[in-house]
Amino acid sequence: MSFSWSEPYKPEGKLWRYLDDRLPIPRMIWDSVGGGYPVPKNLNYAWNFGALAGVALAVQILSGIILAMHYDGSAANAFQSVEHIMRDVNFGWMFRYIHANGASFFFIVVYIHIFRGLYYGSYKEPRELVWMLGVVILLLMMATAFMGYVLPWGQMSYWGATVITGLFSAIPIIGTSLQQWLLGGFSADTPTISRFFALHYILPFVILGTVVLKVWALHLPGSNNPLGIDVKGPQDTIPFHPYFTSKDGFTLVLYFMLFAIVVFFAPNMFGEVDNYIQANPLSTPAHIVPEWYLLPFYAILRSFTVDLFFIPAKLWGVLAMGSAILLLLFMPWLDGSPVRSNKFRPINRFFFFVLVVDIAILGVCGGKPAAEPWVRIAQLASAYYFAHFLIILPIVSRVERPLPVPRSISEAVLEKYSKLGSSIGSARGSMSAGAAVAPMPAE
Amino acid sequence: MVRLIGFLAGAAFCFVLLVAAIQPRDAQTETPHGLEPIKTHWSFNGPNGMGVLGKYDRAQLQRGFQVYKEICSSCHSMHLVAFRDLTAIGFSEPEVKAIAKNWNYKVPTINDDGTPGERAPLPADRIPGPFANEKAARAANNNALPPDFSLIAKAREGGPDYIHSLVAKGYDESARPKGWETPEGLYFNKYFPNLNIAMPPPLVQDGQVTYNDGTKATVDQMGKDVSAFLMWASEPRLEERRSTGLAVVMFLSVLAVFAWATYRKVWAPLKKGYKSAGLAQPAE
Amino acid sequence: MASVPGLEPTPDDIHGHSVRRRDFIYVATGAFAAAGATTALYPIVSQMNPAADVRALASIEADISAIQPGQAIKVPWRGKPVFIRRLTPAEIGAVDKVPLSELRDPQTLAQRTKPGKAEWMITLGVCTHLGCIPLGAAEGENKGPFGGYFCPCHGSAYDPAGRIRKGPAPKNLEVPQYAFKSPTVVEIG
Repeated sequence: MSFSWSEPYKPEGKLWRYLDDRLPIPRMIWDSVGGGYPVPKNLNYAWNFGALAGVALAVQILSGIILAMHYDGSAANAFQSVEHIMRDVNFGWMFRYIHANGASFFFIVVYIHIFRGLYYGSYKEPRELVWMLGVVILLLMMATAFMGYVLPWGQMSYWGATVITGLFSAIPIIGTSLQQWLLGGFSADTPTISRFFALHYILPFVILGTVVLKVWALHLPGSNNPLGIDVKGPQDTIPFHPYFTSKDGFTLVLYFMLFAIVVFFAPNMFGEVDNYIQANPLSTPAHIVPEWYLLPFYAILRSFTVDLFFIPAKLWGVLAMGSAILLLLFMPWLDGSPVRSNKFRPINRFFFFVLVVDIAILGVCGGKPAAEPWVRIAQLASAYYFAHFLIILPIVSRVERPLPVPRSISEAVLEKYSKLGSSIGSARGSMSAGAAVAPMPAE
Repeated sequence: MVRLIGFLAGAAFCFVLLVAAIQPRDAQTETPHGLEPIKTHWSFNGPNGMGVLGKYDRAQLQRGFQVYKEICSSCHSMHLVAFRDLTAIGFSEPEVKAIAKNWNYKVPTINDDGTPGERAPLPADRIPGPFANEKAARAANNNALPPDFSLIAKAREGGPDYIHSLVAKGYDESARPKGWETPEGLYFNKYFPNLNIAMPPPLVQDGQVTYNDGTKATVDQMGKDVSAFLMWASEPRLEERRSTGLAVVMFLSVLAVFAWATYRKVWAPLKKGYKSAGLAQPAE
Repeated sequence: MASVPGLEPTPDDIHGHSVRRRDFIYVATGAFAAAGATTALYPIVSQMNPAADVRALASIEADISAIQPGQAIKVPWRGKPVFIRRLTPAEIGAVDKVPLSELRDPQTLAQRTKPGKAEWMITLGVCTHLGCIPLGAAEGENKGPFGGYFCPCHGSAYDPAGRIRKGPAPKNLEVPQYAFKSPTVVEIG
C-alpha cells in the first residue's frame, strides 16, 4: 500500500508462511480490505455503498449461475423455462426473484455510490482512473441488465429488445446492417436470445475484473473522505479492519433485510405486468418501458422530437443518450475546482441537489407514455442535465469561492467530538496540522 | 479542450431540446378508458390486506377450479399448470388422476403407426387447451385470441381485483359513456382498458355452476372464486414465499442487532479516544 | 489491532474484563452469521435435485393388456427402456430347469417376478456390461442363443428371465421396483 505507516502483513503459523511465500493471497486481502489498508477515520455511511455493490454483484453471479442451470435459451422455450423455474425447480421461484430484484438493488446501490462520488469530488485528481473505471462498470451493468431482461422472452423483453436494437438503425450508412448484426436476423428471435444469454453470462465476470482494477487503482491514493482533504499522516487514518469491516458488516445486514422484504413480499414491485405475457411479434404493448434504472436515459432518448441541422430526431436521441452516460467519464476535467468536497462548495452543492431532482424527474417521465405534459417536462429536464454537466459545472467550479477547508482530518474529527462532548466549555482543537493526537495524561 | 468540446456539445443538445420544447402541441383529447377495478379483500392478502400473512382458501380455490373447468376452459388454455399441481389446492392423488383422465381435451401424441393422435392426460401432463394452436383459437373466436390463463393474474394491472371486476361486474350497459360505440363482435366492459372486449360475458346468471361444497354460486361469488384460483395458478408458491420471507427477515433483524452491537463495540475505544483527546487540550 | 494514535487504555483493558465481554458479541454475531450462511446453502444445493416435473415422471403406468405370451414391449422410464415380457409356459418351464450353479448371477424366476405372476418378466433394457440396449424385445429382433435377449455390442446373451448366460455382462438384467395396480396395469418406479 502507498501509506508508509500501513500495518504490514505478518503471517503466523507454518501454513500461512508457506502460502505467503508462494501465492500471497492472504497478504493481498490484508493489504486491500484488512488491517493493512489505512482509511480516513472520518468516513460516513455514504462510503458503505461500494462494498454493498460488490456484494450485490456476487449475489447476481451466484443466483444467475443457478438460474442458468435450468434456463432454455430459445425463442420457443425461454418463457416456459422461466415458468418451469418458478413452479417446478426446488426453490426456483426464490432464485428467480432474487436475481430479478437483485439487479434493481445493484443499481440502487451503484447510483447512490455514484452520487457520493459526485458530491465529495472522489473523481478528482489523483482518483480520475478510479472514477473512469466506475463509468465503464456502469456501462457494462446497463448492457448486462438490458440483455438479461430480454431472456425471459416476455412482451417487454421482446419489444424492449426491438426498440433498443432499432436505435442502432439511426446511425447513418451502417445503421441497418449494424442492427441486423446485433439481432442475428431481421427481428429479435432465437439467435438474439442465444447471443444475449452468452453475453449476459460473461459480462458480469468482465465487471468483476473491472472492479478488481478499480479497487487496485483506489488503493494507491487511498480512499477519499467527506472533507475531501488529503490524508497527512497516521493520525488521519484507521485500519480498514476491524473498523470498516464491522461497519460494512452492519450495513450489509440492513441491505439484506431490505432485499429480503422486497424479494419475499413485493417481488414484482419493480417489474412490468406485461412481461408475464409471452413475447408476441405481432402485438405491441400499449406502453413499452425499460426497467426503472434505465428510465432517465430513456427519457432523454425520447426527448428529441425535431430534426435539426440535417440530423434526424431519432439520431439526436441516440447521440444524446450515449453522451449522457459518456460525459460522466470527463468529470475530472469538466470540474475545475481545487476543492473536492461539496461540503465547502455551497453553490456547487445547490446545483448537485438540483441535478438529483432533475434525474428523478427524468426517471418519472421515462416511465410515462410519450404524451403531454411529460414530453415537454422531459425535454426541459434533459436540457438541464446537459447544461449541468457541460455548462454550469465547468463555470461554477472556476468562478465559485469555496469555503475554507480544515487543515487536517484528525483536527476536524477532534473538533467535532469536542463540540459534541463539551459540556464544560471551549475545547477547540488547537493542534497544529500534522501533529499526532496527543494521548492524554500519560505522555 | 475537453471543456470546449463539452460546452459546445452541451449547448447543441440544449438548443435542440429547447427548440423541441417550444413546438406547439396538438390538442389532446381525453379518450375514455377502463375504470379502476373494485378492491376485494382476498384471503391470500392477509388480514390487513398487506400480504404478509395471507393464505389461499383451499375451498375457494377448488370452487374457482370448478368455474374454470366448466366455463372458462372451453376457450382459455392453462398450459403451464400441470394436473399434478392441483394436489396443492386440496385434491387427492386419485382425484387428480380422475380429473386428468376425464378432461375434455386430450394430449397430442404419436400413434404406433406414426400418425398423430391423442391420448387422455396423465397427472404429469400439463393441462391441454381447447385449441391445437393459435390459428385454430383465432378462427373459432372471431380472430381474437383468448389469452392463456397460467399467468393472467400477474399479467394484468390490478391482478385478481381486475379479473373479478371484469367478469362479474364489468358488462354494465348503464356505465356506457355517452355516444361510445362498440364495434360488431366486441362487447362493452367498463373495466377493460379500452372498454371494448372481445370476450362475451362468461358469467351470465347465478347458479351457472353447482358448487360441490354447497356455496351459493352467484355471479359475484363465481367471479371471486375464479379470480382466486387464477391468482393461485399464477403464483402457486405464494404462501411458501411469504413464510420463508418471514423467517428470513426475523433472522436478519436479530443479526442486525448483533451486527450493530459489534460495530459499536469495535469503535467504542476509538470514539472514546476522540472525546477525551478533543476535550482536554494542552495549553498552547 | 494495529496501534491507533489517540487510543488510550480503557479501564476495562486495565482490569481485564474486556476480553470476555468483547468476545461474546463477536462470537455471537459470527455464529449467527455462520448459521445463516449454512442455512442459505440448503436451497443452493437443493435446486440441483430433480425438479417437480421430473419427479412426477419418477413412476409411470404401463398397460400390459395387449401383450400376448411370447411378446414383449419397451416402455421408457426415467430415460431408460424397460422390457415387459410375457413368458410362454414353455419358456417358464425351460427357465426353471436351469441349475443355479450354471448361472453367473444365480437367481430363480420366482425371485425375479411377483408371486403368482411368473409369466411377467419386467427388467430394465440396459445391458449390465457397458450399458447398451439388448435386442430381443421387439418383434423379429435377435433373441440370442438362449431365446431371451442378445446384446449386439459385445455379445452378452440373456435367457427369457433376463439372466446372463454367456458373454461379458456380470449381472442379470436389473429388475426395477414395480407393482401391479390391476391385472392389466403395472406401475413402474
